[in-house]
Amino acid sequence: MAIEIEQPRVGLSKVAVSKTHGEDSPYFAGWKAYDENPYHETSNQSGVIQMGLAENQVSFDLLEKYLEEHSEASSWGKGAPGFRENALFQDYHGLKSFRQAMANFMEQIRGGRAKFDPDRIVLTAGATAANELLTFILADPGDALLIPTPYYPGFDRDLRWRTSVNIVPIHCDSSNNFQITPEAMEAAYQSAESMNLKVRGILITNPSNPLGATIQRSALEQILDFAVNKNIHLVSDEIYSGSTFSSSEFISIAEILETRGYKDAERVHIVYSLSKDLGLPGFRVGTIYSYNDQVVTTARRMSSFTLISSQTQHLLACMLSNKEFSENYIKTNRERLSKRYDMIIKGLKKAGIECLKGNAGLFCWMNLSPLLEKPTRESELALWKVILNEVKLNISPGSSCHCSEPGWFRVCFANMSEQTLEIALERIHKFMEQRKRN
Amino acid sequence: MTQTRYYRTRSPEPEKEKTGGGGGTAMRVIVPLQGVVQGRGGLVLGSIIPCALFYFLQFYLKRNRDDPDDKNESNSTSQNPTIRSPSSEHLTELPGLTRSLSRALLSPRNSGPVSISARVSGIVKGGDSPYYMGLKRVKEDPYDELDNPNGVIQLGLAENKLSLDLVKDWLAENAREAILGNGKELSVSGIAPYQPFDGLMEFKVAVAGFMSQVMENAVSFNPSQMVLTAGATPAIEILSFCLADTGNAFLVPTPYYPGFDRDVKWRTGVEIIHVPCRSAENFHLSIAALDRSFNQAKKRGLKVRGVIISNPSNPVGNLLNRETLYSLLDFAREKNIHIISNEILAGSTHGNEEFVSMAEIVDQEDTDRKRVHIVYGLSKDLSLPGFRVGVIYTFNEDVLAAARKLSRFSATSAPTQRLLISMLSDTKFVRTFITTNRERLQRMYVQLVAGLEKMGIKSIKSSGGFYCWADMSGFISSYSEKGEVELWDKLLNIGKVNVTPGSCCHCIEPGWFRFCFATLTEKDIPVVMERIQKVLKPVN
Repeated sequence: MAIEIEQPRVGLSKVAVSKTHGEDSPYFAGWKAYDENPYHETSNQSGVIQMGLAENQVSFDLLEKYLEEHSEASSWGKGAPGFRENALFQDYHGLKSFRQAMANFMEQIRGGRAKFDPDRIVLTAGATAANELLTFILADPGDALLIPTPYYPGFDRDLRWRTSVNIVPIHCDSSNNFQITPEAMEAAYQSAESMNLKVRGILITNPSNPLGATIQRSALEQILDFAVNKNIHLVSDEIYSGSTFSSSEFISIAEILETRGYKDAERVHIVYSLSKDLGLPGFRVGTIYSYNDQVVTTARRMSSFTLISSQTQHLLACMLSNKEFSENYIKTNRERLSKRYDMIIKGLKKAGIECLKGNAGLFCWMNLSPLLEKPTRESELALWKVILNEVKLNISPGSSCHCSEPGWFRVCFANMSEQTLEIALERIHKFMEQRKRN
Repeated sequence: MTQTRYYRTRSPEPEKEKTGGGGGTAMRVIVPLQGVVQGRGGLVLGSIIPCALFYFLQFYLKRNRDDPDDKNESNSTSQNPTIRSPSSEHLTELPGLTRSLSRALLSPRNSGPVSISARVSGIVKGGDSPYYMGLKRVKEDPYDELDNPNGVIQLGLAENKLSLDLVKDWLAENAREAILGNGKELSVSGIAPYQPFDGLMEFKVAVAGFMSQVMENAVSFNPSQMVLTAGATPAIEILSFCLADTGNAFLVPTPYYPGFDRDVKWRTGVEIIHVPCRSAENFHLSIAALDRSFNQAKKRGLKVRGVIISNPSNPVGNLLNRETLYSLLDFAREKNIHIISNEILAGSTHGNEEFVSMAEIVDQEDTDRKRVHIVYGLSKDLSLPGFRVGVIYTFNEDVLAAARKLSRFSATSAPTQRLLISMLSDTKFVRTFITTNRERLQRMYVQLVAGLEKMGIKSIKSSGGFYCWADMSGFISSYSEKGEVELWDKLLNIGKVNVTPGSCCHCIEPGWFRFCFATLTEKDIPVVMERIQKVLKPVN
């Protein structure tokens, strides 16, 4: 009998084996359930409806129409005159025409209330990359970023995994509609200090994910003051800025800076992307807009790891510099999202469910706390499982967003057709009726 | 005790999930500190003394930081959040510290302007090497036969323009349908929504087929073992993150591609150990040299996690033969380390030598497959660097799983994938392209080498890549890096020719230069030779 000598297994790094990717959490478990049994309008009407993916599919037709009428965008024109240069272009500055188009688009979204300099735009392959990149630049391993809860579950992975930076939550609750207060920020800062973590910045998402609401002007002023006071950075993730239902309700940190004459601006950095507002997450287009020269230079160099395809830059430069297209898109998209939002709120209300008053985003923040057996995380997860397995809806439990109050859920409404949304609302209605009877 | 206080304070997890471990954090401090002491005094003294110094420094700083009335900001590296005086001194990095050490200490804080992280603040000043300066000069004053005949001719960029016309012609006819329709009706929903971050399966299939064609069908690639990334640059970085911890090291034969210093080391905190190759062996990799470097690293307390080879190599253009690859695998097995094989120029071979992929070597050797990882991309072989398509190909499921998740930070763009699926599936086009491209590369290579030889400049025989590796040591004023850079400067500013000096590639012998020929036309070659001749004044 031969003796088997076991070869020592060749090892991997801590990063590779770490669980910080978080894919074992309920947020992602629901996706697995959906993948295994996805709803389809005709072929699988009893499948799981995906309401956990913040994707915008309501305005695809506008994109299609543009591309149909402007073949030069996707083919470099007849004979492909610009192709050679484009194919070889891997300069981390990015196409000037594309940066200009992005700057203009960002200005349009803010109703011209803020100006953006194309030379301060750094391009990345998605906002995911932009957020990670900024974290590498603003914080060292072991340092901390303060983030208001509830927040996008992906931050745990994107901001911490390879960077080894910590997140310290700023707790917000329903007593004031989850708004960020100076007291909460100070408490988080003290909490970090007591753990001997050096706070390097505060990261806000405005409009908020998962709340689906914009941050008010007064709160933005307080947040900026706090950052100045502690001498830390302020990252404003504004990827849903074009998805506010009414253009006047969104106030960007850029506007606050404008009114302050750009004093203290060198600590402010804005993240933007076309994944939500333009419904193009597959294109992988993100930006960092920084008022800090050193950050711009460093981010640009670091963007070598996450450049946007030159072909995609060319296509979007054409599309976004077409004023007629961009203005019409922003306006129409807003209207359709607003309509969807009204539809879901009405439907939920009919079923006896209240939501946080929202004004932006691709989702609503639903309050199911009255249904919980006990006001605990465990009860919330139990309820989530029931909704996933019996009602066959994948929604995101508040605990995966680190919400300190159990019972809240994020429900996406823009990644499906109106008919599918109707079906989902019917299922919820039925579920609530059943519970009332029992 | 300060020591335990350090461990407790550096590794807390405010969130419920635990990441790495406190031990790892401690190692991140100890290892670079050992590096500072250069291992003298051995492992024990080499770690205790710097550690003790470090802990005392920490203790001293912490005491200062705790004092709320302390307005003394200029000389300490402590953070004092209440200081807002605009005239407060800028804090600079403590002098004499290596980047890894400064990262381990409390980051120096500007109590005036808000500071960026220590891990990047040293890099901001980068970009001064001849490699980058040369590229900049060409950008500012590019040669054009008609519009700018006195401009700088680019021989410093390993890009291939020789066969772009073939790609362009294909695209002019097929692009629009390729991106949106593939013959069906226009559909944005095919490219707009979220796709798997590691690439569309259809695209992986197309790329796997391309890789196989490029390597003369000697090996077939399984699309399920692929992770696609936005270029080969993040592919290398992701592998570096997956295979090594901060403070660990990879062995890399020199001379090597200057970009590795950024891709392998920058954000990962991983080190590169140079394994010198010499002209006496035509700069071929020697396993004995690998072994020596491995042992030296061990003595310094550096843990080697793998070897990174480039095949065809850059800047020399060597191919690694079958025997060397087998020996390399033996070496990796013996030391229980990984092999990263960067094969992005596999389709850009010219001449008669056989290209052998690492994938071919492990095909038969089952047990060692888990330690082999191949990097590929379309930037070189298909001349599409702008489109950002890189590949990690691995036999190791754990690496595959981790790399898949990490690809979210560097994903390829969906419309680009769609376009290339069509292009790469056109096997007739691919076949024509590969053959024609090789012929054109061969022709240019021969002409360039012959031209240099006429001036007494000999090159190493190269079988791949867009460049030749030439010996100009006979023309440098002093046999040193200084002499070499002086010659580079003359070539750039007097001759108006941008070439890459060997020191940028960490070549151990001075006087070697890389001349890229694939951005030139045949008409440019005599012009280039003339300009070089102007500069040369043989020494002795």
